[in-house]
Amino acid sequence: MYELNITRPETLADAVEALGHDEAMALGGGQTLIPTLKQRLANPETLVSLTGIAELSGISRDGDMLIIGGTTTHAEVASGATDYPALAALAGGIGDPAVRNRGTIGGSLANDDPAACYPAAVLASGATIVTNTREIAADDFFEGMFTTALHDGEIITAVRFPIPQKANYQKFDQPASRFALVGVFVAQTADGVRVAVTGASEEGVFRWTDAEAALSADFSPTAVDGLNVSADNLIGDLHGTPEYRAHLVKVMTKRAVAASG
Amino acid sequence: MTQVSMTVNGESVSGDVEDRTLLVEFLRETLELTGTHVGCDTSQCGACVVHVDGKAVKSCTIFAAEAEGAEVQTIEGEAAPDGTLSTLQQAFQDNHGLQCGFCTPGMVMSAKALLAENPKPTEAEIRAYLSGNLCRCTGYHNIVKAIMAASGQDVSSIAAE
Repeated sequence: MYELNITRPETLADAVEALGHDEAMALGGGQTLIPTLKQRLANPETLVSLTGIAELSGISRDGDMLIIGGTTTHAEVASGATDYPALAALAGGIGDPAVRNRGTIGGSLANDDPAACYPAAVLASGATIVTNTREIAADDFFEGMFTTALHDGEIITAVRFPIPQKANYQKFDQPASRFALVGVFVAQTADGVRVAVTGASEEGVFRWTDAEAALSADFSPTAVDGLNVSADNLIGDLHGTPEYRAHLVKVMTKRAVAASG
Repeated sequence: MTQVSMTVNGESVSGDVEDRTLLVEFLRETLELTGTHVGCDTSQCGACVVHVDGKAVKSCTIFAAEAEGAEVQTIEGEAAPDGTLSTLQQAFQDNHGLQCGFCTPGMVMSAKALLAENPKPTEAEIRAYLSGNLCRCTGYHNIVKAIMAASGQDVSSIAAE
């Protein structure tokens, strides 16, 4: 590890101030960032650790919304998000147990890995990302691979999930990395169905709007039979071609609908 | 430099370390507890798993400063002071759950975390829980068997091959 400084503020205000300096970067659970630093793919002078800030962690219910603090770990969501079982199941499938004990929802969303699981849940649920300065709708948050609407120094304090009537996430694991080769999150609400796809696109998580329309009319696996997923702009690598991923998008969508409870 | 203080295997410890010091470096180089191994240093292999406040974590992917004030348990805390192996360690020995032994500290600490939350895991649950612990010798089979045995379950139903 190269030489750097770490600060551990105990309040949000102190963290915001520390992040106001140049070359400072927020550190959540570090499960992506620390390996990234070791590879010198990022080299901030100062890390501002957010995990000592008590007000940023925890799960609460507010009417039909489930609110998850920014530094809540994947393990805590897996065991604590009982009001939203599809979200709990998604969190329980991220990485491995040791990674889930450290990795945080805010860190995952701020990083916006194109194969991460949480962006699919946030986008399909129509969740709201709450920061220290504003609220950002999921549709406005994800701006492409590793790119979000967050400004420098802005901290995700919580994520507000409307709890859907039915939902499910199906992940086709890339077994070495345990990221999604393709993951599809389907959520049915009074306003219709939303389908979000991770792992597949060069531009990061996206909504499959054709499937949303078909499933809003008929929420059954066969409703998407007549649809085709274009392989344009999908990821091609040694694990799978764009065409293979396009096929998986449809298969995972059907499985998610079939498993929605 | 930052002073970090924590409890390791029941003993209060502290040290002045550079901020960039990883927990595994603090354990191995400052405290000279070299039972915790560094395999990959990229949080893939799990050889460095220790418990921080009762939870399994990869000690190569957490800074020592982040464990300030925490209760840390390492493989050195497993055996009794007279050297008597813990139930898990004895089960690894009895079932040949190790060959070269490099991954074993992480395997034992992950298995301990599993049994704390799930005292009678199925074979599938054990294999799923060990997804972040890599072993290049055993093919995992005898590790799974050892953990089932340590949980007091009959291992005769697990195929020999």
